[in-house]
Amino acid sequence: MARTKIASFSIEYLQVMDEHGEIDEHLMPQISQAMILKMLRTMLYSRKFDEKMLSLQRQGRIGTIPQGKGQEACSVGAVACMNLDDIIFPSYREWAALIWRGVPLKYVFMNFSGDERGNSADFNYRVFPFNIPIATHMPHAVGVALGMKLKKKNRVVACFLGDGTTSEGDFHESMNFAGVFKVPCVFICQNNQYAISTPTKKQTASETFAQKGIAYGMPCLRVDGNDVFAVYVAVQEAIARARRGEGPTFIEAYTYRLCDHTTSDDAKRYRSDEEFRAWEKKDPLLRLKAFAEKRNLWTKSDEEKFLGEVEGKIDQQVEEFETMPMPDFEDMFKYMFAEMTGPQKEQLNYIKQFKGKYHGHT
Amino acid sequence: MAILNMVQAINLALRQEMERDEKVVLLGQDIGINGGVFRVTDGLWKQFGDSRVMDTPLAEAGIIGTSIGLAMTGFKPVAEIQFDGFFYPGFDQVISHAARMRNRTRGVLTCPLVVRMPYGGGVRALEHHSESMEAIFAHTPGIKVVIPSTPKEAKGLLISAIRDPDPVIFLEPKRIYRAIKEEVPEGEYLIPLGKANVMQQGNQVTLVSYGAMLWVCQKALEQLKGKYSVEVIDLRTVSPLDSDTIISSIKKTGRCVIVQEGPRSFGVAAEIIAQINEKALFELQAPVERVTGHDIILPYYKNELNCIPSEERIVFAVEKVMKG
Ligand SMILES: Cc1ncc(C[n+]2csc(CCOP(=O)(O)OP(=O)(O)O)c2C)c(N)n1
Repeated sequence: MARTKIASFSIEYLQVMDEHGEIDEHLMPQISQAMILKMLRTMLYSRKFDEKMLSLQRQGRIGTIPQGKGQEACSVGAVACMNLDDIIFPSYREWAALIWRGVPLKYVFMNFSGDERGNSADFNYRVFPFNIPIATHMPHAVGVALGMKLKKKNRVVACFLGDGTTSEGDFHESMNFAGVFKVPCVFICQNNQYAISTPTKKQTASETFAQKGIAYGMPCLRVDGNDVFAVYVAVQEAIARARRGEGPTFIEAYTYRLCDHTTSDDAKRYRSDEEFRAWEKKDPLLRLKAFAEKRNLWTKSDEEKFLGEVEGKIDQQVEEFETMPMPDFEDMFKYMFAEMTGPQKEQLNYIKQFKGKYHGHT
Repeated sequence: MAILNMVQAINLALRQEMERDEKVVLLGQDIGINGGVFRVTDGLWKQFGDSRVMDTPLAEAGIIGTSIGLAMTGFKPVAEIQFDGFFYPGFDQVISHAARMRNRTRGVLTCPLVVRMPYGGGVRALEHHSESMEAIFAHTPGIKVVIPSTPKEAKGLLISAIRDPDPVIFLEPKRIYRAIKEEVPEGEYLIPLGKANVMQQGNQVTLVSYGAMLWVCQKALEQLKGKYSVEVIDLRTVSPLDSDTIISSIKKTGRCVIVQEGPRSFGVAAEIIAQINEKALFELQAPVERVTGHDIILPYYKNELNCIPSEERIVFAVEKVMKG
């Protein structure tokens, strides 16, 4: 008989670069200048894209959108250490990851303007279309990772999620499966401290989100999610482990959404101005820029030039998006099954009688 | 009396029921300080505090399962699901437990709870924010399904739902959350569940619908103005279905059009037609027409109105049964 401690745990926190762009040389990963610049450019690009989405939404040219502002380092730090054939399950704010992979942004515009074709391109870039019902993508990510393992592909899956997502049953089931099947999957939980209006303390009684990994037998830690290098280090280690066949990792990236939840939200109802301003100072983009400028890797004129280019590219995508013909009317029926059913054929014939009165079609 | 939209009328019903009965508690995502994403619970957290208006973690099975537990201990929980499309993680709790508890325990345990959620399409929303899946609820024995059609209706029906001794799914057509305003009595009134409403009397054709589709029906009727004498029935409660009101109308008109937003096959309209066949087949002067969504995933918003019944399609159906 005994009453002894049989297990104990602790959670690490990692920050490589502080708010002023100063780094700890010992913690700094081996990372080329070209890579650092690519990270910075992707974050800038994503920020610009965010602004464009917002303005299109305000003008009624697209529907409701979420934004990624403030969380770009989580995306970029993670995708930067993946191979191009590694697989991404994004959250709905992951523009930066899409940009990194080169997904044409007109597809994002399409998706957010009520057009299914917006989901048809991502997969070419080894990115799965995001799922709107929270946490439902997680078991899929685990399944894809298991598939890679069974096929001996040595490809890794990165699964992005939010803090609120950790409350759903699908989160727990998929984490458990991931642990049990030891799949090559890295979970990147962007703890932006709110799920819409719900703050962390109402979401969980756990001290950290990171520690949820412990329950499922996987390594886990918290990183400063506004520090792209910290995210990079943590994800790189996790990917290395996954490729060695050592299974999944859970990473909590501590961050803040520098925008409303979506364009239908008003964050002022539940977050103070004071808190918002404090986090504006920790902006991951400003931080990386400060780092790069201090090292003369990046100048104001580089930035102006780059932003000019990016604007041109985004406008080009808007143009392509807006000049696309409406999705084909019959498309509604075409993709339900490999073959249209009897009732569907009847219904399609019926609705054709209303030609000329199709909504949005001529 | 105040002129209210449906959001405000539901808010008023919740507030009055919470004032009247301290066992009425609300659970849901972002319903506290944020007042819900549609602001239906606006101000209630401030008035009643954390123990009556509970912001929950992001987990629908948790929200509904916990509500069942509360209901079995004497509370009257009103759970909010943020959008109809996010209900499904909680469906297991409804279908496997809320719907069965009374029967399972031979009446010892009951689940007097309400699950409210915004429902239906036509608001240019993202995927999963626009479906009309009332038939899957209606097909579940042991739960009642209520769908209000105007602010005044919403208040009276919600109060009845809260006081009902059994689980009620209360589907709020989000397309008309703010589109319709009308006078809503400040004082208490109840609209009984399971009883349809003859909104407009007529003797040539019966038009049956519910929720936001009645609003589209009204537009169709404007197009048909003066042409036919149409009797309009608002189901109010989809399940249990008030077939008596429908049948007695059909005995008068001999013609019927049913309008339902959801997919065509196995829907509410199909059930109504079955009831008509059983009880009034020989009164019919023309086959019953149903105007419905198609048997497809509701298209994203660019094409959604090509699936959701339009006034043209309703007019077309009425003309067809009148000719038949
Ligand atoms: C199953 C489900 N329930 C509710 C919602 C509505 N909803 C959309 S985003 C969101 C909050 C998500 O919070 P979190 O996981 O922290 O991610 P964040 O938005 O903060 O990035 C909610 C409740 C949903 N999409 N799916």
